[in-house]
Amino acid sequence: MTDTQIQAPPRPPAPAVTAPRPSARERGTRLLAALFLAPTIVGIVVFTVVPIVGSVVLSLFHWNVIDSPSFAGTANYREMFTDSTVLVSFRNTLVFMVFAVALQLLIALTLALAVNGRMPTWLRSVFRSAFFFPLVLSAASISVVMKYLFNQDFGVVNWLLGLIGIAPVPWLTSENSAMAAVVLVYVWQQFGFSFLLFVGGLNNIPKEIHEAAALDGATGLRKHLNVTLPLLSPTLLVASVVGIINALQVFEQPYVLTNGGPGDATRTVVMVIYESAFEQLRFGEASAVGVLLFVLIMAVTALQFRLSRRFVHYQ
Amino acid sequence: MSRVSPLSQATLTLSRTRHSLAPWARIAGLTVCALLTLGPVIWTLSTSLRTPAESFDLPPRIIPADPTVDAYRGVFDQIDVWLLALNSTLVTALIAVGQMITAGLAGYAFARLEFRFKKPLFGLVLATMMVPLQVTIVPVFLVLKSMSLTDTLLGLIIPAFPTAFGTFLMRQYFLGMPKDLGEAAMLDGAGPWRIFRSVYAPLATPGLAIVGVLAFNYHWNEFFRPLILETSGQNYTLPLGLVSLQGNLGTGSISVVLAGVVLSMIPAVAVFLVGQRPLREGITSAGVNR
Repeated sequence: MTDTQIQAPPRPPAPAVTAPRPSARERGTRLLAALFLAPTIVGIVVFTVVPIVGSVVLSLFHWNVIDSPSFAGTANYREMFTDSTVLVSFRNTLVFMVFAVALQLLIALTLALAVNGRMPTWLRSVFRSAFFFPLVLSAASISVVMKYLFNQDFGVVNWLLGLIGIAPVPWLTSENSAMAAVVLVYVWQQFGFSFLLFVGGLNNIPKEIHEAAALDGATGLRKHLNVTLPLLSPTLLVASVVGIINALQVFEQPYVLTNGGPGDATRTVVMVIYESAFEQLRFGEASAVGVLLFVLIMAVTALQFRLSRRFVHYQ
Repeated sequence: MSRVSPLSQATLTLSRTRHSLAPWARIAGLTVCALLTLGPVIWTLSTSLRTPAESFDLPPRIIPADPTVDAYRGVFDQIDVWLLALNSTLVTALIAVGQMITAGLAGYAFARLEFRFKKPLFGLVLATMMVPLQVTIVPVFLVLKSMSLTDTLLGLIIPAFPTAFGTFLMRQYFLGMPKDLGEAAMLDGAGPWRIFRSVYAPLATPGLAIVGVLAFNYHWNEFFRPLILETSGQNYTLPLGLVSLQGNLGTGSISVVLAGVVLSMIPAVAVFLVGQRPLREGITSAGVNR
């Protein structure tokens, strides 16, 4: 994780001491451990463990904070499957996830392979910094900027497209292109993360393997498909798992760019959680959606690790 | 695997030159991608320095014809930038320091102290890395409400103190330090606290830097929690203030909004320039170990 070298400081010769009583020392160690762990463990229990249980419990109630909660059983879950907004939000989120993750991985992998080729070191670090830079910006603020860039009439995106003869796209005002805009803005900010993972993964592939592949006549695209990709598959797995988990939680981009619209075209699951809890005060319904999202995320992760046992090639 | 004879070395060099015919094309392609990546940021900066009349000029003028800082004056007139910046700084700095302390202490305990239930407790910490914030936000809101901490900065700060990832990272970090150091100090009669304080803690700075830089980057840009927890304008952080500024102004004063965005980016960019290495290490390992 870090390459800092730690060296033992020179220490004075040990004075002859009596061996410490083990029980006292053990008690001291335990006390210290309890003190050291208390902030983290108490915090995690209060702000993660209790809320998870709380989410499940809340999802079984109708509650608007003002009146006392009333038991709903599985009603909130059953209603989800008839509530068109909730259904659409799950569909949107899955569509978003597929396109965003695929595009993100494709761009990141292509750029990582390109950056990995021969070039001056300074140029490589310039490229690496450039691709990494959007990650340090605020997704909300950058979405504000992107809203102007994707404007149909005076936005720079349509002007650029016009240069290559493409008619202005109603990015944020038509159902299909609104989702495309959200995907593009998200990918623009996120691909740098997968890119960093791939650059790291490529660096871990021993040079000899490439040389051996070159000896066997594998070059260019064929070398990448048959040699690089299989060796990169553990990194690919990590990048796609993390990419999917993050994409399923998308919020800032659609909230700022389209506010879920036009209609419900870009309303995502997290937007529905936010709106039903904090705008409509339907805490039970919001919790049920949250629990389902959690289950979905767990399922995707589990599935991916199952698949990986078959397809990922570990050296 | 390393079976490269001198002869094959020659073939290798040959094939390299043959198949890297167009490195310039690769570099040109990368340059275009880098420009597309940085383009929105460059556009933001240059538009914030243009007059409102010039804002929508196409092609966009990278160097403003008539540079002006009016938009920056406008931001300070229309929103209380100082207050937003103060709130953001307070929240971010306290969370960063808090996370360095909690993660440093807990990471050390998991790495170097012996106690009961160590494994299940560490398992608990690891498991919470998998839990998305959005799933727990409703009960967290209710917990904070019961403590009267909604719509306060403390309500943003306190729940962010425990960091599962930071704890994991610091544990790895302390595990990487030689055990002999502590044993030697123990023979010298140092108690468990002294061993931590004088031997290991001073060596932990680079690891703590990763935790701190990562916390700064994440919480400076954070939007979801402030949106839910902070309802009155005096408790807004910068991203929240900017989004509402844009909402209030519509498309009229684009350069003012962009000036606000530029101002809010400054600390993040500064951290990017100074702490790129810990940030890079942190972001990749945070993602991997999520």
